[in-house]
Amino acid sequence: MRWAVPEAEFMDPGTLGCQGCGGALSMRMVLKEVGDDAAAVLPACCWSIIDGPWPLHSLNIPVLHTAFETAAVVATGIKAAKRHQGKDTTVIAWAGDGGTFDIGLQALSGAAERNEDILYVCYDNEAYMNTGIQRSSATPVGTWTTTTPDERPEPRPKKDIMAIMAAHRIPYAATATSAYPDDLARKVRTAVAARGGMRFLHVLSACPPGWKMPADQAIEAMRRAVLSKVFPLYELRNGRDLTITVWPDREVAIEEYFELQGRFAPLEHEPQTVEQIRSDVAERWQALVDRHERTMALAGA
Amino acid sequence: MRERLLLTGNHAAAYGAMLSRAEVISAYPITPQTMIVELLSELTASGRLDAEFITVESEHSAMAACVGASAAGARAYTATSGQGLALMHEMLHWAVGARLPIVLTNVSRAMAPGWSIWSDQSDILSQRDVGWMMVFAETVQEAQDFVLWMYRVSEQVYLPGMVGMDAFILSHTAEPLIVHDQEAADAYLPPFEPIYDLDPAEPRAYGGLVNRDHYFELRYKIYESMERAGSLLREAGEEFGEVLGRRYTPLEGYLLDDAEYVVVSAGAMTSNVRQAVRDLRDRGVKVGLLRVIAFRPFPITEVRSLLGGRRKVAVLDRNMSPGHSGIFAEEVRSALFGQPDAPPVYGYVVGIGGRDVRVETVVDVVDDLTVREEPEMALYVGVKGLPIGPLRRDSQITRLQPLEVQP
Ligand SMILES: Cc1ncc(C[n+]2csc(CCOP(=O)(O)OP(=O)(O)O)c2C)c(N)n1
Ligand SMILES: [Mg+2]
Repeated sequence: MRWAVPEAEFMDPGTLGCQGCGGALSMRMVLKEVGDDAAAVLPACCWSIIDGPWPLHSLNIPVLHTAFETAAVVATGIKAAKRHQGKDTTVIAWAGDGGTFDIGLQALSGAAERNEDILYVCYDNEAYMNTGIQRSSATPVGTWTTTTPDERPEPRPKKDIMAIMAAHRIPYAATATSAYPDDLARKVRTAVAARGGMRFLHVLSACPPGWKMPADQAIEAMRRAVLSKVFPLYELRNGRDLTITVWPDREVAIEEYFELQGRFAPLEHEPQTVEQIRSDVAERWQALVDRHERTMALAGA
Repeated sequence: MRERLLLTGNHAAAYGAMLSRAEVISAYPITPQTMIVELLSELTASGRLDAEFITVESEHSAMAACVGASAAGARAYTATSGQGLALMHEMLHWAVGARLPIVLTNVSRAMAPGWSIWSDQSDILSQRDVGWMMVFAETVQEAQDFVLWMYRVSEQVYLPGMVGMDAFILSHTAEPLIVHDQEAADAYLPPFEPIYDLDPAEPRAYGGLVNRDHYFELRYKIYESMERAGSLLREAGEEFGEVLGRRYTPLEGYLLDDAEYVVVSAGAMTSNVRQAVRDLRDRGVKVGLLRVIAFRPFPITEVRSLLGGRRKVAVLDRNMSPGHSGIFAEEVRSALFGQPDAPPVYGYVVGIGGRDVRVETVVDVVDDLTVREEPEMALYVGVKGLPIGPLRRDSQITRLQPLEVQP
């Protein structure tokens, strides 16, 4: 099978990522489309490690490491300097779910509201993995982490970061995952082309150690997340026009997604939670389909 | 063209940023600094200053934006105060570790709670050990000029610099200000030529993981640069005199030659100290003033030579490190420690939370100094109902009486 993904590589092999790291793969895939006239900001997250210890560096673009909660605003500062210098460099803020949904949300909201000319990518592995698997507000309900142990798994559903970004009316936002590389590549292309304002990519990125599964199941897990509609793939223009970009071509039950991963073990004892998730997933999917159809109807009119 | 205007300290700071041709400015409003942000917004909007102005959502982000901009090779400026400076703390460290020559003006304000917008240097002194150069302005002119002075040195040592000025007493007080000719300012402060600027042609990583076999050396370089900043501050202060007509030094002495007693002070209250010294001289008291301008790097050698051999030294601190003493007093004591001619150092804590430090207050301090036998770590001046003295446990602090309402 051939995907419409550039062959060029901007990430060297031999990073410090774990085997099967979805975050490392996401970076590799995103950079293929962004190219090398770019600079990236890395707040504290697994990528602070993956890139390599000083003086090593695995990316073929410059990287500025920064504090955990500052990805969006440090990228803003770099972009301001580049603009002042008359340079058109794409500035990427690359943060984990913790750095995006939690501690970095304020700076992200500020940058989004000001419509800063940056490409913000959240690689979402659904917990604080750098510090050893603690919950974040991106952790799904029923999940085990070290701060939501088996006796008391994550009690709250995952925060809807895309709805938050939509509320900022930014020009372009999309969900993506490396299990669908051509979809991901096209979205990065669209995002790069939409320069001039804020672009946000929410990229689901499996973490085999944190999700408690074998490394060779990372892609399969991300694929099942999409097929089971737990993580639908869509894009949003101006926070309003929503289009679904990948329509599951077969039925996959949420249990098939859960069963790959040890982190969902607590759900085995919580059939009510599973039913609740099933109905939430169906409801959210239907809402996306409705919005998709409305977008199509408006475009056709 | 050189202009003479009547301006406040805040507006002078904004003019300092303009004369420095700051390229990226990112700031967040807080009383009493707000006028700086407002004037810089106007100056950039009108095109008088060719800079990017980022209206961030917090001071933490203001410093973070400056970090990004400076790392990408732009001259970056911000201003803040009190709570804002405290919120920035993490990023102040970042600017140092990343070796970024950012300049910040801090309008010193008391820390909450209770909410107070008044003058108190506890905010800036809480950032003492971060690795920023720090200078304290006394006049509106210095509030402007020190911004240029800091950039001049910062960009040579790759360490950020902070200009302290006192809330209201300086920030909101109008004084005559010479706004230097831009060409002369440019001659003093040439464009920033960064060594690194996140150029995609040179894909390096900055500020990432360092192991124990490198971190110490990276820090050692910072300590070394801060040492170097000491002599560079002096040189750049001389150059300021040559190019822009005003010479600046890390310390300033006043009537020190034959002084037996010396009052050490920093910031705007020094003007009243100077007047008090004159008044006391009229009474025949052999007293002088030593103003600390550069706090980091601390001019240890000059402090030793200027204070050595005096009878007594009083250090005025508009700040307090609970459990120890006023911070300037700590610094002066530690500079003098072990010197054969070290005078006894008396710490006086004054003007906390913006309480007035008047000429008479300073006279009272010197009167106390001349008769007090043993030096104290901290003597409190002007606490209601208490004479000048050390902390007294269970002392009766006078309660505020409710206002009597006339029928
Ligand atoms: C202010 C601050 N608080 C806490 C930390 C510790 N810390 C570093 S990375 C991290 C979690 C990162 O989680 P996420 O953003 O999801 O990225 P991941 O590690 O999962 O890739 C934490 C808590 C920090 N570096 N800075
Ligand atoms: Mg994470």
